Amino acid sequence: MVPWLLLAPSAVFLLLFTYWPIVQVVLGSLTVQGFRGARRLGWDNYGHLFADQHFRTAIVNNLIYAAGTVLPSVVLALVFAVALRESTRLTALLRTLVVMPMLIPLVAAAALFAFIFLPNAGLLDYYLAHFGMSETNWLGDPSLALGSIIAITVWKNSGYYMLFFLAGLAGIPQDLLDAARIDGASAFQRFFRITLPLLGPTLLFVGVIAVLNALTQVDHVIVLTNGGPSDSTALLLFYIYQQAHQNFDVGLASAATVVSVAALFALSLVSIRTFERGIHYEA
Amino acid sequence: MKPERWHPLFRILRPTLLLASVASLLWAVPFAWMAVASLRQAGAGVIDLAALLPSGPFGFANFADAWASGHFPLWYLNTILLCGGILLIQCITVSLAGYAFARMRFRGLNTVFNLFLLQLMLVPPILIVPNLNTLVSLHLYDTLAGVAAPYCASAFGVFLMRQTFRTLPREYEEAALIDGASRLRIIWHVLLPLARPGLVAFAIVSVTAHWNEFLWPLMATSSPSTQVLTVGLASFTSGAEAGSEWGVIAAGTFFVAAPLLVIFVSFQRQFVSSFTFSGIK
Repeated sequence: MVPWLLLAPSAVFLLLFTYWPIVQVVLGSLTVQGFRGARRLGWDNYGHLFADQHFRTAIVNNLIYAAGTVLPSVVLALVFAVALRESTRLTALLRTLVVMPMLIPLVAAAALFAFIFLPNAGLLDYYLAHFGMSETNWLGDPSLALGSIIAITVWKNSGYYMLFFLAGLAGIPQDLLDAARIDGASAFQRFFRITLPLLGPTLLFVGVIAVLNALTQVDHVIVLTNGGPSDSTALLLFYIYQQAHQNFDVGLASAATVVSVAALFALSLVSIRTFERGIHYEA
Repeated sequence: MKPERWHPLFRILRPTLLLASVASLLWAVPFAWMAVASLRQAGAGVIDLAALLPSGPFGFANFADAWASGHFPLWYLNTILLCGGILLIQCITVSLAGYAFARMRFRGLNTVFNLFLLQLMLVPPILIVPNLNTLVSLHLYDTLAGVAAPYCASAFGVFLMRQTFRTLPREYEEAALIDGASRLRIIWHVLLPLARPGLVAFAIVSVTAHWNEFLWPLMATSSPSTQVLTVGLASFTSGAEAGSEWGVIAAGTFFVAAPLLVIFVSFQRQFVSSFTFSGIK
């Protein structure tokens, strides 16, 4: 009895705002609104969803966005961590600079990048002009906008991921690296044969977090491009937001939510394994 | 030769470090621009707006303008109330559940624990559509309590407290149990004081997350009186952008970002260990 009482306060909120909502979206996505408020069950919402060109674009964009943010930010984070792993005054300062973006709201980052990406007078164009590049509409050109949004995300998240790699690096015994050095292993070999394999669990964990962020953070899209131009920056969660906020189509919004819940559920299966492995590795 | 014996200058000039230094400085450019642009006096030429090298005249006119055209005192108050309220309730829910998972054996423990962990991934922004319905039926729409409600339980916090409680020796509580203390008294008087590092780590991560959150507060509120900093900044920015008041935008962004940045720089070590602790490694 006692354990259930201790779990009850958390459980009430989880039931109300995590489990019940999932039931609700599944039911909502299977409910078809007919004429005069008539309702029936059916797959129509999913039919409409997958036939919707905007939804398909959002899925493709989200895949590009995930690939474009996860890989570069994880690699950059790893490079930063390896380069700044020693504790000196200089590296401490540089680490601070890299970590700072993670502490500001994504909308604040968006406000800064609104000026950086401003055509002609903006920071990027101003300095690129010195290299002979002409005015570029970073957020207004459909072929560049998603790339610009990706750049903001990479800038914002790399420092956060670096922290995990720094912690992971601290857990690698120095004797191991010293022994390899004495045996004549090059810095390159030591990194790929010792450091990287031992960072495996951290790498997997950071990867999961990065994918999660790619699916759940669209603040900059909402503020900077509102999904445009011509849907080029619409992501899955932005699509859901748009259906719920602008089009008031509950069936379609529910079906889209079910798709993203399914994606996150799959991710959580992977990550629970990751946690378990991580704990094993630790122990 | 061991690195420690290298000449200090040579150590600084090592290629990886050099590359990282350049990259780190590049990383700081948006902040540098924010500082320079917000301090630059209005009336400077538009072309100079992008210049990163400080050139005068400087003043606080942009800050005054930003403060006057936004509702910053209200937004600060709402954000602090929101973060503080969430944290207070979370501390209760995660300590109790964390203790149950750390110390008690009961049927269904693993299943319930995995159900709890689901919330790590199924974050409230994803569930905006159904959660808005729930808020409306609970009459919590457009209230700060409604914005806070989905976060009152935290799978991450439960996990963190479970790990923290597990590191504590059992002897203390066993002695207290034998003396006839109730579980609640044990958690409150014996374990929580010992679990302070875990709670502090959780508090830092929780406050940072909710201070910075945008989409859910945007959706769950509609009137100006319930706006938090991020939502306020977004509406403030879109107004100022129309007038190309970039210095004012930089100042407003500073108001929103500064509190956490200042706390971070002052308590850096604590922050870093909290966030990596949160990574469960």
